Amino acid sequence: MALTRNQVEHVAKLARLSLTDQEKVAFTEQLSRILEHVESLNRLETADVPPTYHAVALQNVLREDKPHTSLDRAKVLSQAPEAEEGCFKVPKITEG
Amino acid sequence: MSGVTHKLSATRLNRLFLAGELSAVEIAEAFLNRIQAVDPQVRAFLTISADTAMERARKLDARRRGGDTEIGSLAGVPIAVKDNISTDGTRTTCGSKILGEYVPPYDATVVERLRASGAIIIGKTNMDEFAMGSSGENSAFFPTRNPWDLERIPGGSSSGSAVAVAAEEVPLSLGSDTGGSIRQPAALTGIVGMKPTYGYVSRYGLVAFASSLDQIGPFGRDVEDVARLFEVIAGSDRRDATNAGRTPPAIKLTGEPSLKGARLGVPKEYFAEGIDSEVKARIEEAIVQLRDLGAEVEECSLPHTEYALSAYYLIAPAEASANLARFDGVRYGYRTPDYNGLLEMYGKTRAEGFGPEVKRRIMIGTYALSSGYYDAYYKKAQQIRTLVMRDFEQVFEQFDALITPTSPVPAWKLGEKTDDPLAMYLADVCTIPVNLAGLPGLSVPCGLANGLPVGLQLIGKHFDDARLLQYAWAYQRATKHHEARPSLGTEGGR
Repeated sequence: MALTRNQVEHVAKLARLSLTDQEKVAFTEQLSRILEHVESLNRLETADVPPTYHAVALQNVLREDKPHTSLDRAKVLSQAPEAEEGCFKVPKITEG
Repeated sequence: MSGVTHKLSATRLNRLFLAGELSAVEIAEAFLNRIQAVDPQVRAFLTISADTAMERARKLDARRRGGDTEIGSLAGVPIAVKDNISTDGTRTTCGSKILGEYVPPYDATVVERLRASGAIIIGKTNMDEFAMGSSGENSAFFPTRNPWDLERIPGGSSSGSAVAVAAEEVPLSLGSDTGGSIRQPAALTGIVGMKPTYGYVSRYGLVAFASSLDQIGPFGRDVEDVARLFEVIAGSDRRDATNAGRTPPAIKLTGEPSLKGARLGVPKEYFAEGIDSEVKARIEEAIVQLRDLGAEVEECSLPHTEYALSAYYLIAPAEASANLARFDGVRYGYRTPDYNGLLEMYGKTRAEGFGPEVKRRIMIGTYALSSGYYDAYYKKAQQIRTLVMRDFEQVFEQFDALITPTSPVPAWKLGEKTDDPLAMYLADVCTIPVNLAGLPGLSVPCGLANGLPVGLQLIGKHFDDARLLQYAWAYQRATKHHEARPSLGTEGGR
């Protein structure tokens, strides 16, 4: 299936990637080729086949609900691009 | 001893250290010297932790002199760690600009286990960005080169970990394998690499690529060393919800090498179009050698093999697109310096921080998961995954393990496939089905093709990793192919 430039722009928006014009052109072509390749999957009838999301079956792995020490706040915040008063600092997200 | 220390196996180094015949400081110095001599040519390392390694070596020496001879099975052994495995206090970049300066505030479980076993972590190794790639060329920093031919790629994505071992810069290293990222570079650099059964080794602290496929595993120059490292890293961990909570059985690699009674299947689909004739010839020779060791070897069929690659290139990007959403310029890593509002900050941070292959996979994955396409792509791929798994279940009723080439081709030239993502994806055709099914897989050297290493892949049943190691050990003992080494670094160059 061939992708359109509009679709590429829509997907890039969903993925929070600000692509350049050049990247949009390249991805439209490359993603179309990759999707064409995976079209081969449609040759197989799978209506009655359950999907496998995990190869090794594990269910509801639980542990005791016990408090334990978490990571040191200062050490964690030292990796943040911006931090203030013990918090991560982000751009303003509300209007007005 | 000093001139040859870097050639010794982990098993031997550990023995010499515990016996007091070689100090940890002498060992660490020997390997740091070797790195200094050859790494400028192969560029396996992103970070070399010389100071912390020497400090660690001095502490190990003090402990041993104090009478402690039960420090651990890796005591005194230098090891390199792929740069997507978190090391407390040491930069962990994932080969990406977006994590270029990131220093984790904690150790991955496997790193804790290395430290507890007395290993000396000597540095962090180069890789395809976020483990996406089969050549090492997707590193945001520089490509790693194959010590057998510096004009060729070493395979990927655990490129640096494979090369560090192949070039004798360390005896052991850790990699991660999502679609072949341990086995394929092991094959292309002539060493042993193992992807354990999914769930055997904790993923806690491994920066996630595709969570249902990722598994950490060992590289070494012989099967004994790989088994030794596997025993250290495998086991239960409550911090990884997909950990199977199992401890592997003790692995016995002693006595006469024999494969009497072993039933080995050769899936014919792995010898299809595209396989190099020399690679095919080496595998056929291996089949003869395995029969000579007493194994029954017969052809078998995994009919859905041709669909596994397509299913993988939907499933892995889908999982990656979700996992990599966390890189948003807020909590760690790179943030664009110049933005107007939150959405622009996200979009520009990610566009500037990720390289082309990572963006490509995020795009494919986002598309496959998006409304209206989920059933056609993502769900369909997971249904194919079921069929691939059923194929394996069926042949394992008849066979104890399967043998295939690890890679259909030997190492190719740098730049040869960088313009064609699809051609690069096809390089993983022999390793991907194993990840989809969560099975253990191991690559062991089986000779050379025009002077370049070829790997034999063994595939086993779930949690039958010890058997794979035993078979590989018998094969290695009988053939000695693992003893072939590149001529790199003999007195300063080729």
